[in-house]
Amino acid sequence: MNKVVANADEAVRDVSDGATIMVGGFGLCGIPENLIRALVRKGVKNLTTISNNAGVDGFGMGLLLSAGQIRRHIGTYVGENKLLEQMVLQGQIQLDLVPQGTFSERIRAGGAGIPAFFTPTGVGTVVAENKETREFDGRLYLMERALKADFALVKAWKGDKWGNLVYRKTARNFNPMMATAAKITIAEVEHLVDVGELQPDMVHTPSVFVSRVFQGELYEKRIEKRTVRRVASGQ
Amino acid sequence: MSMASKVGKDLDKRERIVKRIASDLRDGFYVNLGIGMPTLVANYVPAGMDVILQSENGMLGIGPYPLEGSEDADLINAGKETITEIKGTAYFSSADSFAMIRGGHIDLSVLGAMEVDEEGNLANWMVPGRTVKGMGGAMDLVAGARRVIIAMEHTTREGQPKILKQCTLPLTGVRVVDTIVTEMALIQVTPKGLVLEEIASGLNANEVQRVTEPTLIISPNLRVMES
Repeated sequence: MNKVVANADEAVRDVSDGATIMVGGFGLCGIPENLIRALVRKGVKNLTTISNNAGVDGFGMGLLLSAGQIRRHIGTYVGENKLLEQMVLQGQIQLDLVPQGTFSERIRAGGAGIPAFFTPTGVGTVVAENKETREFDGRLYLMERALKADFALVKAWKGDKWGNLVYRKTARNFNPMMATAAKITIAEVEHLVDVGELQPDMVHTPSVFVSRVFQGELYEKRIEKRTVRRVASGQ
Repeated sequence: MSMASKVGKDLDKRERIVKRIASDLRDGFYVNLGIGMPTLVANYVPAGMDVILQSENGMLGIGPYPLEGSEDADLINAGKETITEIKGTAYFSSADSFAMIRGGHIDLSVLGAMEVDEEGNLANWMVPGRTVKGMGGAMDLVAGARRVIIAMEHTTREGQPKILKQCTLPLTGVRVVDTIVTEMALIQVTPKGLVLEEIASGLNANEVQRVTEPTLIISPNLRVMES
C-alpha cells in the first residue's frame, strides 16, 4: 500500500467546482500551504471551505478568497481578513460563524459517525436560532449537527507512506479531526518517512484516515504576531 | 489631560484590575486568559505558585513570549502571538481542547466584556452594524469554565455604564458571569442581584453606583479592593 503522491497538484487532481473542503490550521499555524497554492493554481470555483479562520490578505486561504474561488465559508473567527469582510457585505460570499468548540466537535462527530450531539454552548444566543433545545439534568443544551467534507487538506510535521501522521506543537489544532471527517483526506507533511520509522505510541492520526500523502516544500510558515520579550537589563 | 498622562492612567486602571484578579489565583489552578487585558493577569501570578495556562488552540502550560530570534511559527497562543513552553507543557487537538473547556475542567476563565448585566449575561463578541469578526472560543469558555471573571473598565470611553440592567448587544452567554472586576470595584453576581464587595481606595459606593445601571446591593463586608 502506497498512498504517496508526487506533489500538491497531483494530490488535488480530482477536486472539482462546488466541492466542500476542510482546511487545517489555526490562524496561519498548521495550514497546508502547498495544497492551498495547488487549489489556486487549479482554479476550482464555488468552493465551500471549512476552516477555523480564513487566512490573511495575500496568504493562506486569503489567496483562495482573492481569486474568487470561495462561495461559502464556515469558520469561527475571520477578524483579520478585510477582503472577506468586503465580500460578505457585497453578498459575494456566504459566511457561517460557529463557536470554536462546537466547530471542533461537529468535525470530530462527522468523522466519528455521530450525526448530532448536544452542547451548552450558545444557549440563549443567536447561535441557538432554529435549533432544537433540550434539557438534561436541569440544564439547557442545543443540538448541533456533524460537519463533513468531500476533501480534507491537512498539514502534519511527519507522515509515513501509509499516512500515519504526527503533528508539531500548536500546528496540530484542527488537523486531526478534519483528517477523519472527509471522503478524501490529503496530508502534506514536512518530513515524509518510510513505514516503520514512526513510533507507534507517537502516532497522532492513524493511517486509516488518510488517502494521500506527500512531502510539502517551500514552507513560509508566516507568523501573524511576532511577540517577544526583552532580556532583563544587566544580562 | 496630556496624551502621556492619559496613557499612564489607562495602564494604571488595567494594572489594578489584573492584579486584583491575580490575587484570586490558587496553586494548581488551570486557567484560560482571554485575548486583550486578561492576558496581563499572567504577569502577576504570585511567585512560587503553579498556575497552568490553557490556550484554546491546543496547549496546556503557556510560557512567556520568546526571546527575539527564538520565535517558533508552530507555537502560538489563541491571539496568534508567538509564545514558549514551560516544563510540563502538553499539546492536544482543538477537539480535546474544547472537551477540556466544555467539560468543566478549567478552573477559571478571565474574559473582557462590552456589557455585563444584572443576571450575569455577557456580551463580548459583536456590535451590530460593525463588522462581524466571529465569536471564536468565547461562548464555549463561558459555558464550560468553573468560574468566569470579567476584566473590564467600568465605563465606556464616553463614560457610559458597561454594567447594565439588561445587555443590549448580542449575547455570548446567559447567566455565565460570576465576578466582575473593574478599576473601581469588584462585584459578585448572585441570584439576588449584583453585590458590591470591594471598592478601589479613595472611592465610595455612591460613586460606583452612579456609573452602574442596575441597583447594587452593598455587601455587609464591603472592603477596599487590594491590588
